[in-house]
Amino acid sequence: MSNSNNLPGNLKYTASHEWVNKETDGTITIGITQHAQELLGDMVFVESPAVGRQLKAKEECAIAESVKAAADLYAPVTGVVVAINSELGDTPEKINTDPYSAWIFKMKPDNAADVDALMDAAAYQTLVDSEAH
Amino acid sequence: MGRGRYFLPRLFYFFERLLMTLKQTPLNAAHRAMGAKMVDFGGWDMPLHYGSQLDEHHQVRRDAGMFDVSHMRTLDMRGEGVRDFLRYLLANNVDKLQSSGKALYSCLLRSDGGVIDDLIVYFMDEMWFRIVVNAGTADNDIAWMIEQATARAPQLQITSRNDLAMIAVQGPNAAAKLWLALPGSQELAEGLKPFNAVEWNSMFIARTGYTGEDGFEIILPATVVPTFWQALNDAGVKPIGLGARDTLRLEAGMNLYGHDMDETINPLEAGLAWTVDLVSERDFIGKTALVTKPRARKLVGLVLQDRGVLRDHQVVHSNHGDGEITSGSFSPTLNQSIALARVPSAVQMGDLVQVAVRDKMLAAKVVKYPFVRNGKGLI
Repeated sequence: MSNSNNLPGNLKYTASHEWVNKETDGTITIGITQHAQELLGDMVFVESPAVGRQLKAKEECAIAESVKAAADLYAPVTGVVVAINSELGDTPEKINTDPYSAWIFKMKPDNAADVDALMDAAAYQTLVDSEAH
Repeated sequence: MGRGRYFLPRLFYFFERLLMTLKQTPLNAAHRAMGAKMVDFGGWDMPLHYGSQLDEHHQVRRDAGMFDVSHMRTLDMRGEGVRDFLRYLLANNVDKLQSSGKALYSCLLRSDGGVIDDLIVYFMDEMWFRIVVNAGTADNDIAWMIEQATARAPQLQITSRNDLAMIAVQGPNAAAKLWLALPGSQELAEGLKPFNAVEWNSMFIARTGYTGEDGFEIILPATVVPTFWQALNDAGVKPIGLGARDTLRLEAGMNLYGHDMDETINPLEAGLAWTVDLVSERDFIGKTALVTKPRARKLVGLVLQDRGVLRDHQVVHSNHGDGEITSGSFSPTLNQSIALARVPSAVQMGDLVQVAVRDKMLAAKVVKYPFVRNGKGLI
């Protein structure tokens, strides 16, 4: 049933089901994974962190809310919020239809090496598979 | 060697536990074949959605959808004096039921006025009333009914019809599609007014529902329900999961047992005064408590003025004291969050209240519900 075996190989992942993309300008883009959107169901509301907010790794910083439930998003690394995807305000369902394009916020990490230390696709896949049992 | 000896018995135990843990309706395989996401719903393995809860919600408001509600329990109460017993057992008055097939919504109360369950009772004849109760409360309801009947009407037979299944077909096109799926049903059921039912061979067709749309609830033998489900599907009726069932009933302003009321809440504080007959001379279980207890709280509708989603148990702050959301969700029809909330009686329609949503206070407006009826927003 799950499509999670099509995980993009270029992304990094967290145990709390965010995906992280390293951009060329040194920022990172963050969204939620296919697995996470499947669990949550139809999205109706996204609350993003304020631009400029300083975040510690694993700090609660955003909320993705579906008809069924609200899920917290966590900062994947320590850094500052540099942008949010305001498009999701009117079209939160983009997270359901294309979770790896529907980014939620961007950060400038304090330490680029923190991003490299996150899970790769294979490690995240193992985590998802273990949660299914 | 040692491991091998225990392997088989343990495996067997595992499967046995699985089967015992989650009950299945006769449509379980059909749900899975249709791609349902199944969830544990009060001990039943039930479909949450078949892809998108929002699409299913709109399908019922705009066209027609079908729900497997076979987990709900049908009871038949038969015998001499059954009407008289129900007059005493139920908070609503079965004397309102005078023509065969007529239905009545009622609460089943404890003597302190707490709600044991809400149900629909159908008058069939003076020797037979049919009652449909919630799944999670069914066993408790039956025990209570038997206890009351033993003391008051021991001649009555109360039968739990576990051999029956139930499908709800709801939506503006529900009737037209039911006629297609069930040849011969049109002649029989077209003239049915809301809250009336008719028996037809092994089927029981009631013009009732839990969505605020036209439609039917059909009780039929568990053995034939898969064939009927398929026929409805072939007629263009889409399967709808419990997720959309909840948002549909909330928009329709219909109470959900265990959320909007339970044994600690009386019906007058759950927006159900219209279902309690305090006018007639009749005595019924819970009447004394309802008449003597002060009514401090009431159920109101809330519409969130800010972005976000209201959820069950969030605290509502008003100028007259605090209340609590009993059912909160997102309304797909209104495209904003709505809720039912129990608040101090002094709160008025049109008031603005504050709801504690996580770390924020969000403004909500107090409104009369239902929020949606027959596909149209009323707010």
